[in-house]
Amino acid sequence: MSAVISAAPPALSTGGARGAKRVLPGFGLTLGYTLFYLSVIVLIPLSALFFKTFTLTWEQFWSAVTGPRVLASYRLTFGASLFAALVNLVFGLLVAWVLVRYKFPGKKIVDALVDLPFALPTAVAGISLTALLAGNGWLGQYLEPMGIKLAFTPAGVVIALIFIGLPFVVRTVQPVLEDAEKELEEAATSLGATRWQIFYKVILPHILPALMTGFAMAFARGIGEYGSVIFIAGNMPMISEITPLIIIGKLEQYDYAGATSVAVVMLLISFALLLVINALQAWQRQRTGTKS
Amino acid sequence: MSGAVQPHRRAKAGTTEAAWVRYTLIGVALVFLFLFLLLPLAAVFTEALRKGFGAYFEALVEPDAWSAIKLTLLATVIAVPLNLVFGVAASWAIAKYEFKGKSFLTTLVDLPFSVSPVVAGLVYVLLFGANGWFGPWLQSHDIKIIFAVPGIVLATVFVTFPFIARELIPLMQAQGNDEEQAAIVLGATGWQTFWHVTLPNIKWGLLYGVILTNARAMGEFGAVSVVSGHIRGQTNTLPLHVEILYNEYQSVAAFAVASLLAILALVTLVIKSVSEWRIERELKAIAELPPERPRDTPAVA
Repeated sequence: MSAVISAAPPALSTGGARGAKRVLPGFGLTLGYTLFYLSVIVLIPLSALFFKTFTLTWEQFWSAVTGPRVLASYRLTFGASLFAALVNLVFGLLVAWVLVRYKFPGKKIVDALVDLPFALPTAVAGISLTALLAGNGWLGQYLEPMGIKLAFTPAGVVIALIFIGLPFVVRTVQPVLEDAEKELEEAATSLGATRWQIFYKVILPHILPALMTGFAMAFARGIGEYGSVIFIAGNMPMISEITPLIIIGKLEQYDYAGATSVAVVMLLISFALLLVINALQAWQRQRTGTKS
Repeated sequence: MSGAVQPHRRAKAGTTEAAWVRYTLIGVALVFLFLFLLLPLAAVFTEALRKGFGAYFEALVEPDAWSAIKLTLLATVIAVPLNLVFGVAASWAIAKYEFKGKSFLTTLVDLPFSVSPVVAGLVYVLLFGANGWFGPWLQSHDIKIIFAVPGIVLATVFVTFPFIARELIPLMQAQGNDEEQAAIVLGATGWQTFWHVTLPNIKWGLLYGVILTNARAMGEFGAVSVVSGHIRGQTNTLPLHVEILYNEYQSVAAFAVASLLAILALVTLVIKSVSEWRIERELKAIAELPPERPRDTPAVA
């Protein structure tokens, strides 16, 4: 613990040397507290995960993370998250577009409602979606006679993840679309471009980084999601069992080593995705920064 | 369209779509939102009231539900202030200064947001569980963290860690340092500057950060589920209580408890919208001021 905190002062002093003009007080205090709290709550606990993995042999680790049931869960988790993020990419862009460009009654309420998946506890979303899509539910009673079974299948997982990821694309694209300069579109129109050409060649390049950021965020969120999925998935081994549930299952059998190994794989993936998201956001800043 | 006669009309047509395209897009978007957002929300309340208000309130006053409510409130009352202090400190350090490794630090602050809640719960089991690092020591001192209230509080703090900082950093960056520097130059202390200059500027963002943290703390399921042990009446939070009732096929009771959380979500959305409109208005007021003139009137009319 002290190692992590004592690593801070060098970074601090280099910062101080550059900011000689700094007037505002409190830099050392706030940064020091930030690093301390971050270490205690996040970094040290997460490092426990890696230390636990190091006590395993490579064979133990490998067999834990590549068991057939675990591999099937990766396929479901990544496949469903990807599919849901793609749906959200299309519909998120559509919703953002409609909210920014058009006027219609109740727009402010719709705009506020988009954040519902952020605010609604995942377990509530899970049981509610299940109630809608189960054989006797509002939607399920019409869909199942048609042979469309959504609850307790992988399709149900996708639907839960669409719900969970919906706000990400809307909320990242919306502000960028609002700032887009109409003059460019007017210029393109006067040069004879069609509306579709303008969207494709003027607007889309401008919002592309934001769109990708939202997509990556929805995807990352989907991979880790647990609460909303387990109710609707049915949780059948090899078919509709997500990776976080594999961790819980191993934990309930006191297989701490196995649970930790799978958790490390998930943690590395979410860390990689976080770096991708940061790179995309830097791209966004660069793009909008040079334009304004 | 006779564009040459009505140049104004033509310019407008250049940046929007034909009416039928507009209405189709609006229609498709609204149907999508209706199916994926409004319908699940409505289902919570109709399922909860399926057997009338009597059964609804019965589920809420039941002792296990009460103890779940109390535990959820306790975890929230601890987690929110801790993350509030951190969020303000972190956004002050990140938004007001330039230093090496700043973007990496921002990434680390975001980390709990992308870690699966199940993994978050697991790390605390590895640290404080019976077989964990501190397990033997905790056991010999008769301290219980996992499958007890402290573990639930820790997991809640972890999953709600970044929300206030995430809300404040962009807001404070947009507002810049000018006002604070002026206050310092005029002789204010750091604390006075924060209290009288910064805080009034960020209050709406701060309010939304707090209310979002609050909603997430009360609604957290995955991480808390791993560390709680599901002991009825003792280590069950509201979302865990919902799960137990649902798995016992007590559908009405499960949705009745869930409706409390849904109401909380709706209140959160209302406060969010109000604070967003306020922030927009204040930022607009700042932007409209001529740059050379300091702000002498409060931004909000």
